[in-house]
Amino acid sequence: MTIPAPAATNAETAPVVKAPETVGRSPGQLMWLRFRRDRTGVASAVVVIFFILVALLAPVISLVYGKDPYTLYGQDTPGLLNDFGYPIAANGGISPQFWFGIEPGLGRDVFMQLVYGIRTSLLIAVVSTVLTTMIGIVMGIVAGYAGGKTDYFIGRLIDTLLSFPSVLFIIAFMPVVENLFVSADEETPVWLRAVTLVLVLTLFGWAALARLLRGQVLSLREREFVEAARVTGASPARIVFKELLPNLWTPILIQSTLLLPALVTSEAALSYLGVGMIEPIPDWGRMFRRGTEVYQNDITYLIFPGVALVIFVIAFNLLGDSVRDAFDPKLKR
Amino acid sequence: MFRFITRRTLGALVTLLIIAACTFFLFFAIPADPARLACGKVCPPELLEQARHNLGMDQPLFAQFLAWVAGIFVGRDYEGLGNCPAPCLGFSFVNRAPVLDTILDRMPLTVSLTIGAAAVFLTFGVATGIIAALKQGKALDKIASVSSLVGASLQIYFVGTLALYFLVYQNHILQQPKYVPFTENPAAWAAGLALPWVVLAIIFTANYTRMTRSTMVEQLSEDYVRTARAKGMPGRSVVMRFALRGTLIPIVTIFGVDLGTLIGGAIITETTFGLQGIGQLSVKAVGNSDLPMLMATVLVAAGAIVVFNIIVDVMYAVIDPRVRLS
Repeated sequence: MTIPAPAATNAETAPVVKAPETVGRSPGQLMWLRFRRDRTGVASAVVVIFFILVALLAPVISLVYGKDPYTLYGQDTPGLLNDFGYPIAANGGISPQFWFGIEPGLGRDVFMQLVYGIRTSLLIAVVSTVLTTMIGIVMGIVAGYAGGKTDYFIGRLIDTLLSFPSVLFIIAFMPVVENLFVSADEETPVWLRAVTLVLVLTLFGWAALARLLRGQVLSLREREFVEAARVTGASPARIVFKELLPNLWTPILIQSTLLLPALVTSEAALSYLGVGMIEPIPDWGRMFRRGTEVYQNDITYLIFPGVALVIFVIAFNLLGDSVRDAFDPKLKR
Repeated sequence: MFRFITRRTLGALVTLLIIAACTFFLFFAIPADPARLACGKVCPPELLEQARHNLGMDQPLFAQFLAWVAGIFVGRDYEGLGNCPAPCLGFSFVNRAPVLDTILDRMPLTVSLTIGAAAVFLTFGVATGIIAALKQGKALDKIASVSSLVGASLQIYFVGTLALYFLVYQNHILQQPKYVPFTENPAAWAAGLALPWVVLAIIFTANYTRMTRSTMVEQLSEDYVRTARAKGMPGRSVVMRFALRGTLIPIVTIFGVDLGTLIGGAIITETTFGLQGIGQLSVKAVGNSDLPMLMATVLVAAGAIVVFNIIVDVMYAVIDPRVRLS
């Protein structure tokens, strides 16, 4: 191992950290200070916040832009789509009225589709991330702290879940769920799809986090401070919440920052395969499905959601790396 | 070593059995009328009756599961429809044929897709990773780390379609992906799958470059590497014989995981490139609501993941003898 040259680092950072006089700072404040100095981290955070704002403010954007994602502009107004349903104007029908062009066939506005699509996908991903993280924390801590039979069973459960071909299984499972709640001649309600998506993403998502946390708890459990707490008669609840959990926030936060983009792409992939969100709800992933149907004649329709997704995922991955560096400066990539 | 492999295999069989049980009960216990679902979207009444009878719907669920498991070892006879010989994973009432026949028919494509892509991204990823580690901080290292970040953030359905558009339809540089069996014509086999391999490699190489680079950097600062250098061993031998061996352990881990993911997730690649492999088979099975076929594809994919996990464990033991003892 190389010694991480503490002298050099101190010389660089000392004027900033020790600014006025020696003040006590909480780990959170220190993390924030380190994060603020990381230019890549700040830039990627700005991009991520931009996407979140777009998702939150979709109705406002719609109001200002003057269009919505449902109206079939291309079909209502003649002269926008040709006889084959493709935009007449160049580059997928991009014009001052339609910033990102028009959807081939139905003739909806691509910009609005994307804005609302991001909203749908992010909502599903955020809910799944929160649920996944919560279940992962509970299962990981229980397995690691309880040990014995409980640990064994949770361990086997995690093994099994990680061996599941999740994409394939979700695709296979969708008709079964629909058969359960919806009779054959009815349309599948949108909320059912959304809830099922969240549930399946959560079901296959928590195992990895739980396995990681279990390992952390196993090593923390043997440390002196936990032993000291136990000897002084602390209840298991106190040990878990006051001794173990504060030491786990770092891996939890890092993992969930990396989990969110993974879930956004998983949701998009499922919609791309036709088992995600259904019409007429705008969805990021479904735009790829439509895009790959028409790409030979109208590549523009695929470019906008595609580039947006790539930017989003890169920004989020960079943010995850920066968060990790800020929390744990010793850990170098 | 033998005991090690046996123990892992037994554990894997248990995992597979659990997965089989979960899938079976989810598919055949939750729906109100599984025979109706298994029979397919367009189901003539007499076929429905046959499906109901042959699935043993009048028997308790557990007996149905046992009959299904027994079918794997001794085969099953589907009255009025046909025979399903020994490893019988089920019988498709839509195709009126044992599901395994169809799966084995599609398997070579998915395996070729996976193995070919894996060969490309493994060699390329490890090679660039080693170079990046040896040239730390230089331009090449920076290019490798930036491109690995971008590569890891790309999606098959986006990049794959773009590649199809620009390389196949606009410029005819590569041909439209198609599958020619290797035994028939190896050159046509490689040419037909070249585009999916390249696209998968773009996405997966990144991870290997990054992982190889960081582990290699760590390995190069180990004492034994310094000792080898100090005694005058040539740089190339130090890297290849000592540092690389230690680097391989994390690489083998993610490689095993990725192979499993690729086989199980081949569905997206196959959909993007219009290839008729296992993934497409299951998509079609969803469309036809062909339950026995779906269940078998899930199991085969799970089997692939489990087998790769065992191989990874064995590889560990080969690379790092300490693993065998624990």
